[in-house]
Amino acid sequence: MYQTTYHRASSVDEAASLFAKSSEAKFLAGGQTLLPVMKQRLAGPSDVIDVAKIKDMIGVEASGDTLTIKAATPHYDVATSDAAKKAIPALAYLASLIGDPAVRYRGTIGGSIANNDPAADYPAALLALDATVKTNKRSIAAADFFKGLFTTALEDGEIITAVSFPVPAKAGYSKMPHPASRFALAGVFVAQTKSGEVRVAATGASQNGVMRVPAIEAALKTNWSPAAIDSVSIPASGLLADIHGSAEYRANLVKVMAQRAVAAAG
Amino acid sequence: MGVEGIGARVVRKEDKRFITGKGRYVDDIKLTGMTHAYFIRSPHAHAKVKGIDSSAALKMPGVVAVLTGKQLVDDKVGNLICGWAITSKDGSPMKMGAWPAMAPETVRFVGQAVAVVIAESKNLARDAAEAVVVDYEELPAVADMHAAIKTGAPQLHPEAPGNQVYDWVIGDEGAVNAAFSKAANVVKLDVTNNRLAPNAMEPRAAIADYDAAEEHFTLYTTSQNPHVARLVLSAFYNIAPEHKLRVIAPDVGGGFGSKIFIYPEEMVALWASKKVGRPVKWTGDRTEAFLTDAHGRDHITHAEMAFDANNKIIGLRVKTYANFGAYMSLFSSSVPTYLYATLLSGQYNIPAIHAEVIGVYTNTTPVDAYRGAGRPEASYLIERLMETAARQLNVDPAQLRRTNFITQFPHQTPVIMAYDTGDFNASLDAAMKAIDYAGFPARKAQAKSQGKLRGIGVSCYIEACGIAPSKAVGSLGAGVGLWESAEVRVNPVGTIEILTGSHSHGQGHETTFCQLVADRLGVPISQVSIVHGDTDKVQFGMGTYGSRSAAVGLTAILKAMEKVESKAKKIAAHALEASEADIVIENGEFKVTGTDKAIAFPMVALAAYTAHNLPEGMEPGLKESAFYDPTNFTFPAGAYICELEVDPGTGKTSFINFVAADDFGRLINPMIVEGQVHGGLAQGIGQALLEHAIYDANGQPVTASFMDYAMPRADDLPSFNLSHTTTLCPGNPLGIKGCGEAGAIGASAAVINAITDAIGKNNLEMPATPDRVWRTIHAA
Ligand SMILES: Cc1cc2nc3c(=O)[nH]c(=O)nc-3n(C[C@H](O)[C@H](O)[C@H](O)COP(=O)(O)OP(=O)(O)OC[C@H]3O[C@@H](n4cnc5c(N)ncnc54)[C@H](O)[C@@H]3O)c2cc1C
Repeated sequence: MYQTTYHRASSVDEAASLFAKSSEAKFLAGGQTLLPVMKQRLAGPSDVIDVAKIKDMIGVEASGDTLTIKAATPHYDVATSDAAKKAIPALAYLASLIGDPAVRYRGTIGGSIANNDPAADYPAALLALDATVKTNKRSIAAADFFKGLFTTALEDGEIITAVSFPVPAKAGYSKMPHPASRFALAGVFVAQTKSGEVRVAATGASQNGVMRVPAIEAALKTNWSPAAIDSVSIPASGLLADIHGSAEYRANLVKVMAQRAVAAAG
Repeated sequence: MGVEGIGARVVRKEDKRFITGKGRYVDDIKLTGMTHAYFIRSPHAHAKVKGIDSSAALKMPGVVAVLTGKQLVDDKVGNLICGWAITSKDGSPMKMGAWPAMAPETVRFVGQAVAVVIAESKNLARDAAEAVVVDYEELPAVADMHAAIKTGAPQLHPEAPGNQVYDWVIGDEGAVNAAFSKAANVVKLDVTNNRLAPNAMEPRAAIADYDAAEEHFTLYTTSQNPHVARLVLSAFYNIAPEHKLRVIAPDVGGGFGSKIFIYPEEMVALWASKKVGRPVKWTGDRTEAFLTDAHGRDHITHAEMAFDANNKIIGLRVKTYANFGAYMSLFSSSVPTYLYATLLSGQYNIPAIHAEVIGVYTNTTPVDAYRGAGRPEASYLIERLMETAARQLNVDPAQLRRTNFITQFPHQTPVIMAYDTGDFNASLDAAMKAIDYAGFPARKAQAKSQGKLRGIGVSCYIEACGIAPSKAVGSLGAGVGLWESAEVRVNPVGTIEILTGSHSHGQGHETTFCQLVADRLGVPISQVSIVHGDTDKVQFGMGTYGSRSAAVGLTAILKAMEKVESKAKKIAAHALEASEADIVIENGEFKVTGTDKAIAFPMVALAAYTAHNLPEGMEPGLKESAFYDPTNFTFPAGAYICELEVDPGTGKTSFINFVAADDFGRLINPMIVEGQVHGGLAQGIGQALLEHAIYDANGQPVTASFMDYAMPRADDLPSFNLSHTTTLCPGNPLGIKGCGEAGAIGASAAVINAITDAIGKNNLEMPATPDRVWRTIHAA
């Protein structure tokens, strides 16, 4: 690791002003992505601003038709939150599948979506549930937030404070884990909104990061059942391929995971 | 056996220290004035080193020195050796390419060191390393074995034309040809044995400390065999004479073979310590472990098995290409030859075997012994062949094995090994019963109704362990003997220190070795301590690998114990005014048989040291040593059966049951044996399903972190169902065969046989990743 200066912010404003004062700062939440990268000297921020202890950024709340997860809430807290399990059980389940226990105790939703790894789980939920990302400056619809591999709509120094999810009528998630990292080889989140819209998002599959899957959405719109997806064919072009999964395999997984997610959603 | 004697499930003495974080590993050791080394490693698989500019680095804070491969060669530090000479079929010796500890001219794999920065801290050394400019001229590289032996392929070593190390043969080719010409059926199979990265939990590390006044070196290092390290470092590398070098291997966090070898980093640390006049520490990180710890396996094999009309095997023909990586590591040459082809008879009566092994250089990390070393490759091949044959001949795979089992012992195979004892039917019976083999068809049908593909796979392995005897390995080209040593020191108060040449890096010697003493003398194991891993304390010993510590190391302790007991009996007889022949040892006392006259063992010990009243002419003291060299290998064997389900939608495998019925001869501590089997099975299953060290066509490693290299984790594994059948090994007095490698040797074939049974297609390479299984299911 290169030399760096560590700051612990106690409020969102303090974090923002510390950022503004530093030459090349990075926010630190669970550190599950940032710290390994720093240890390998692939990143060398002058300052590290820890946002994980900011009280206003931690917690899960349900009110009316919205579930709000504050940005520095660890995955473990989401997985075990009664509010999350009641409002959107598929989301709590998704959080329970992230990495391993150590990663879940530390890693946060804010860090995960800010990083926007093409195989991360949360982005699929945000996109399928049409969630809104709240920052210290504005609100951003999920569809506008994710901009391809490791890229988001966040501006320099902008802090994610929370993510709010409209509670759906039905939702389900199914994931095939990468054998080594346990990220998603492919993960599919299916949702039926209270107004009847069907939204399906896949992570781990596309070369451009998290994506909607219109063919599956159309099939489910007519018939919300796993069998409805039988005849859908997902093209392999544009999908990721690596030693653990060819593009054809991932195309198959998108379909199979979607079917299992629908089955889980009921 | 007593509560702590042989056969007792004694809790491991060493675990208190490990579980409470009080283990003392090399990296825990801090010496006064210690500096830190950071190696500059090649990012290229093949390149000329045209120049190294360290001027900027030398000006950086805390930098003590930047040393290069050229300086190392100028100081006449020897090239790395390979300790087992193999002769090709044309009579020529194997072709060794020169391997300097840091490359002065040419790098041949990604991660090979070209220079080292010595600085006040590891971080400062690393900072400075980034300022060292190495001018590389990239050369074409080759990572794939088949590509490497083609004409026109990039050449690694001028000494080895065609990148060929050797072309070695074993067995009677004429007899095999004759068998095939009269065969009723021939079964053919191509298999790949995937390359693995060993990944001991503790990365390799070294601290070298040169004392200029005494011209003496101390090396703390992560070694499975500190005396062998000292011998090799002094005899071949011209760094320190043997009596001026102390090698200490303290607590070592796993080895699996990868810490047998003497690596460049230890050599450089010693040499650098003398150059800079201060202790030098190097602790590898996980990336360095992936790049530089010797890898395992990596074979490509074509095999053919000939059967007569009664399904009896009449011949076996094998051709294997073995990837050695860029250089010949210390024992690499023996792994695909004498540790592999000599086990090709498996558990079967095969009258004629011929094998040819072609060793190949590629621009990859060197390959050497890794848990099982050659025997997993042999066992996997034979057990895949048997399963393939059963499918082709349309007979039950268990029955085909029984038809061919060796049942008479001793049995001389056509490939050197003479099996001393075994009962292969008994192991197979136990495994089939444990898994309810007969009930499998019903379970398969049931699974099918739920959309799952269920399969069952058998693997009957045999291995040659207790690696020894010296005379035999010497005749096959080994540069060392493979006996073991022990010293038993009884202290004046009757406590006992056992100095052993074996080395524990996870095996539990501090417990099992004490159990032998408890068994014989009736003293509690708390009164016994095990001393190992320090060449200044312990007599020369050969170390731990090849499941040899119980069969060879513990027998050496037994031999020394017998000498101690014999002397102690004389002292007791003298004190009790009885005849030596009437003295028996019971519950910690030396008794005159049939009387109530007795003297406690501590009193005998005290008498030996006070020497006030010893038998006429007896020397004082109670300390004996022994060197033990067995007359044969030992032959652990067993039957593993795996039942699993494949999800046809994803190709994912889920275990239903995994049974292992092993014959390890006598068990000293069944709990520790089970732990050894669990770990071995995890590695065997890891090889079958998950692990693969991969290079791209240019020799760049693709799997150099745990985010890409899939190490097996607890939730990848089933709960194992273990049992034992026992035939005592006649080759050593305790009847021990060894248990350290069995799981890794037998498990992979059981898994692949089960998956291929489930999916109804016979050809499937390891690792059977979900993607690969899914593609195999859906292939036309
Ligand atoms: C072994 C392992 C396995 C994993 N498996 C999975 C998996 O299966 N699925 C999965 O989805 N993820 C997985 N992860 C990633 C994990 O979910 C992390 O939580 C995630 O990568 C980052 O979250 P973090 O809180 O640790 O962020 P950090 O590492 O602290 O930060 C990551 C990035 O986000 C920025 N950042 C953090 N918080 C904010 C904020 N509030 N506003 C703006 N920017 C911010 C940081 O500056 C940094 O650039 C795994 C990680 C590891 C190490």
